[in-house]
Amino acid sequence: MNISKATAGETTVSAAARADARPIREGEPLLQVDNLGKHFPVTAGLLRRQVAAVKAVDGVSFSVHKGETLGVVGESGCGKSTTGRMIMRLLDPSFGRIVFEGRDITKMSQGRLRPLRRDLQMIFQDPYSSLNPRKTVGAIVGAPFRLQNIKTEQGVKKAVQDLLELVGLNPEHYNRYPHEFSGGQRQRIGIARTLALRPKLIVADEPVSALDVSVQAQVVNLMEDLQDELDLTYVVIAHDLSVVRHIADRVAVMYLGKIVELADRSDLYERPMHPYTNALLSAVPIPDPKDRGARTRIRLQGDVPSPLDPPPACRFHTRCWKAQEICKQVEPPLIELSPGHQAACHFPENTTVSATDEVSRAAVAPGAAPAPGEPPSGPAGTPPPGV
Amino acid sequence: MARRNTGGKHAAGLVDDVGAHVAGRTPPSAFLEVRDLRIHFPTDDGLVRSVDGLSFRLERGKTLGIVGESGSGKSVTSLGILGLHNRRNATVSGEIWLDGQELVHASPGDVRALRGRKMAMIFQDPLSAMHPFYTVGHQIVEAYRVHNDVSKRVARKHAIDMLGRVGIPKPDKRVDDYPHQFSGGMRQRAMIAMALSCDPELLIADEPTTALDVTVQAQILDLIRDLQQEFNSAVIMITHDLGVVAELSDDILVMYAGRCAEYASVDDAFHRPLHPYTWGLLGSMPRLDRERSERLMPIKGTPPSLINVPSGCAFHPRCAYGELNGGRSETERPELVEVEPGHKAACHLSLQQRREIWESEIRPKL
Amino acid sequence: MGLLLIISAVTYAIFFLVPRAAGVSSDDIAGRFAGKQPDAVTLAAIKDRFGFDDPVPVQYGKFIKGIVVGDTYDTGTDKIDCPAPCMGYSFRTNQSVTEQIVDRAPITFMIALGAAVLWVIAGVSIGVLSALRRGTIIDRAAMAVALAGVSLPVFFTGLLSLAFVVHKWQLLPSVNYSDIGDNPFNLILPWICLAFLYAALYARLTRAGMLETMNEDFIRTARAKGLPERTVVFKHGLRATLTPIMTVFGLDVGLLLGGAIITEKTFSIPGLGQLALDGVYQSDLPVVLGATLTAALFIVLANLVVDILYGVVDPRVRHS
Ligand SMILES: Nc1ncnc2c1ncn2[C@@H]1O[C@H](COP(=O)(O)OP(=O)(O)OP(=O)(O)O)[C@@H](O)[C@H]1O
Ligand SMILES: Nc1ncnc2c1ncn2[C@@H]1O[C@H](COP(=O)(O)OP(=O)(O)OP(=O)(O)O)[C@@H](O)[C@H]1O
Ligand code: SF4
Ligand code: SF4
Ligand SMILES: [Mg+2]
Ligand SMILES: [Mg+2]
Repeated sequence: MNISKATAGETTVSAAARADARPIREGEPLLQVDNLGKHFPVTAGLLRRQVAAVKAVDGVSFSVHKGETLGVVGESGCGKSTTGRMIMRLLDPSFGRIVFEGRDITKMSQGRLRPLRRDLQMIFQDPYSSLNPRKTVGAIVGAPFRLQNIKTEQGVKKAVQDLLELVGLNPEHYNRYPHEFSGGQRQRIGIARTLALRPKLIVADEPVSALDVSVQAQVVNLMEDLQDELDLTYVVIAHDLSVVRHIADRVAVMYLGKIVELADRSDLYERPMHPYTNALLSAVPIPDPKDRGARTRIRLQGDVPSPLDPPPACRFHTRCWKAQEICKQVEPPLIELSPGHQAACHFPENTTVSATDEVSRAAVAPGAAPAPGEPPSGPAGTPPPGV
Repeated sequence: MARRNTGGKHAAGLVDDVGAHVAGRTPPSAFLEVRDLRIHFPTDDGLVRSVDGLSFRLERGKTLGIVGESGSGKSVTSLGILGLHNRRNATVSGEIWLDGQELVHASPGDVRALRGRKMAMIFQDPLSAMHPFYTVGHQIVEAYRVHNDVSKRVARKHAIDMLGRVGIPKPDKRVDDYPHQFSGGMRQRAMIAMALSCDPELLIADEPTTALDVTVQAQILDLIRDLQQEFNSAVIMITHDLGVVAELSDDILVMYAGRCAEYASVDDAFHRPLHPYTWGLLGSMPRLDRERSERLMPIKGTPPSLINVPSGCAFHPRCAYGELNGGRSETERPELVEVEPGHKAACHLSLQQRREIWESEIRPKL
Repeated sequence: MGLLLIISAVTYAIFFLVPRAAGVSSDDIAGRFAGKQPDAVTLAAIKDRFGFDDPVPVQYGKFIKGIVVGDTYDTGTDKIDCPAPCMGYSFRTNQSVTEQIVDRAPITFMIALGAAVLWVIAGVSIGVLSALRRGTIIDRAAMAVALAGVSLPVFFTGLLSLAFVVHKWQLLPSVNYSDIGDNPFNLILPWICLAFLYAALYARLTRAGMLETMNEDFIRTARAKGLPERTVVFKHGLRATLTPIMTVFGLDVGLLLGGAIITEKTFSIPGLGQLALDGVYQSDLPVVLGATLTAALFIVLANLVVDILYGVVDPRVRHS
């Protein structure tokens, strides 16, 4: 509410302009993920017998179109990184399918993946540990060229210096070592390396969470500029909901290995449907003292259950204030409740339809869904103010 | 725009009178008053000026938020108040008055007697901050029994009470658990129970929720707020998250390179900030509560080294307005000046210049 | 289970390697039994009786069988019953190896345990003191002595102390270590010499551990609670420091229980170490085997004890 009236119009215009620049999502997606899952076996005893499985990711589906940014948010341990690593094929999925540019890469051998590695790149959280301390910046950023036998040595140097410039580093830093740089600069080096081969898709796992706010903003801006300039596609994994709101076009909310809600950015933040999303948004402290007390607070009890033994049916029912009997018995499917807005809940907020409607068509629990217009029981999750 | 004297005179008259008292060591009226605190570490690379002339006050029942980027001296300050610096590798000067008692020059024994009883601290990472080999209960009992002459049985009952108070389910069972058997949120609760076991009047929370998930962070912040109301204690909340400050604090102290850049009520700090660094922090921040279509406005560069602190205003290499007053920022250190009642800032720009810049250049883009 | 496997592997390796490495043939060994000038027939009979020409695995099988259920040797004239654990008879002295080991174990135990007590007390306290007074004269002096300690072997300090303390200054009575009698304190000199080496090692270990621990967050918390420095150091700091040191200690003692070879040799103490050493010099396979097996057993046992203790001391291990 801080935007002064005079500039409000301007803001809308530029928002629209930016939205225009974004792709309209149609045609074949760049990346398509179907029912993807990863179960890590837990073994015990001498014979390393499998006694259980960590259901880190348990069937997620989404697609990413060229030029857009998909944000993936959720609490620690919900499977964000595992999903990212599977997309990169750094981890082998337990089940499901990954289709990149129309090609199924789920089971592709590392050898056949190699040419694809040019198109798929990853930015890591820790800008320091992902850079070899004994190599110069030039060697680090130029490594992908050499790996893929791209250019002659002079060509590589020139290309690397161009890249350094692109990410806002001094090309003269070519011969320096990572420890001579600050955190933000290291993350820029990491990004330069990622960009070396002009990837089509970049998975960024917590790209800014190790950085200070002022530096974080530099990197966020850089990522946005590069996207516009190079037509990049991002999957940004983060636990900071504000960063994701800023950078993503669409957002997937994960809970215990599942996507519980997937929607366009503004839809998700302004009209969250899944109770978990509501709780998550209302838990974030808002940097505006005027909002103190004005916001509806939803406080979840307890902690996230163990992914070793997730609750049956709706995994959120142990902490959900709207949970009913059906939530413990029937898993709500992730379905589109309004155009472009998917949620997996029997009693969603901010909408009159629900997953139960779909399910009850199969005659499970007639009347379990609240009648239209009747507010659902429990504290109503109004959208966070300030929109 | 070289109207550098517009507010200068006005400001000069209001130079904080704190410095004048230093020599005399007059006890203040405030519950906690820090005067010109300096904490330096001599190292092989040079003298690290982690805190370099910090002054502030805090009353009972109030919360002060200290924000600043990594390395700005927040933790060093809080450890300094508790007297936890090893005097063999840190030089501490200035004054810290807690309820009429001066701590910097007090004997280590006297300060130790106040620690845990009158002032307590919660740390960022509750797993490493608790001893892995002793039960949670034992560690609370220990904290309680140093300052209270009670039997083990009574102390144990107190520990169970405290655990229940901070919202640990089945406290009588969990009291015998070890820290690693607790989840992150529960550990932080236990840490809070331990800190509050002797009913301290000053609670310092150093990034108490940085290691936690948002939903758990919200629980912990609620808890701290409720307990503060119950105990009417003074709270110093150290964080780099402006959201946490906005939700919890009455006043906010923005630290930069070991000094206070701006001190204000939260309202002033968020709606009428008067320091370019505070603008930078606000401009860097992505917002959850509104769509922000403009680019973020990062502060250029990175936080300075505390060994070679930039001359003049430490912020000048990163400040977009440093040139507005004819090079003064590079040579002369701006004093912390009370520009409005309860609102202090350390900047050479005139009040009017700052107000204009804020209204026309910064605020519209947030 | 895993431990048994390790022990068997070790003994098998010795069984297989020692005769070859020592360059003795089965004829040589058999010769020792037969007396001064054996004739071929006697030799063959002996070899046959002990199975010297059997393939190694068969010999090994017999050996293991002896340990588990005992064995009976047929000397031709009469039968010698060797109850379990039977490790055979010395080729040299014809004594039962088991008996020899049982005979010599007590003195080795006394050396090892006595020294262990000394070095733990001295090493840990010097280490703690050094860490707390880091950088001071005390610290530097202690660490200089410790450095000397780790670099001076027992045979040097041992001989030196024998020469001066006993013979020159006559501060301690001269002891015939092959018969120390009922008074274990006759071992004072070997204890000190052995403990000096280890104490130096432990002082350095403790100092390093303590310095690290005192920088831990939980130490800061303990101070923030207002605990007296004494409690902070000795309760919170020392406990965390000593846990890893305990592991090393267990293994070191285990190792020594199998024979403090250099110490025993230096002071001519007839312990397990000497037994093994003599066995090696004399290519006395059963003795070498027996001594090694005993040593391996102690190490494995020490490992086991350490593991169990670790669980007791560190709850994180217990719960995982
Ligand atoms: N190699 C592995 N073996 C076993 N379990 C694993 C492995 N990697 C991850 N997990 C488990 O899988 C779950 C999901 O982990 P993941 O790293 O994907 O979470 P995340 O959402 O990225 O969390 P964070 O925000 O903490 O990074 C966690 O419970 C984690 O403990
Ligand atoms: N014992 C010490 N010796 C030397 N320098 C120190 C010591 N303790 C802290 N410092 C330095 O003092 C500066 C301030 O550190 P401090 O821990 O107070 O930062 P902070 O504001 O708490 O940052 P963060 O947000 O990262 O916790 C840092 O540059 C740090 O390196
Ligand atoms: S399905 Fe039921 S338990 Fe799950 S989120 Fe919706 S209301 Fe809550
Ligand atoms: S004194 Fe100068 S450099 Fe410092 S904040 Fe003010 S304008 Fe910027
Ligand atoms: Mg992760
Ligand atoms: Mg800190």
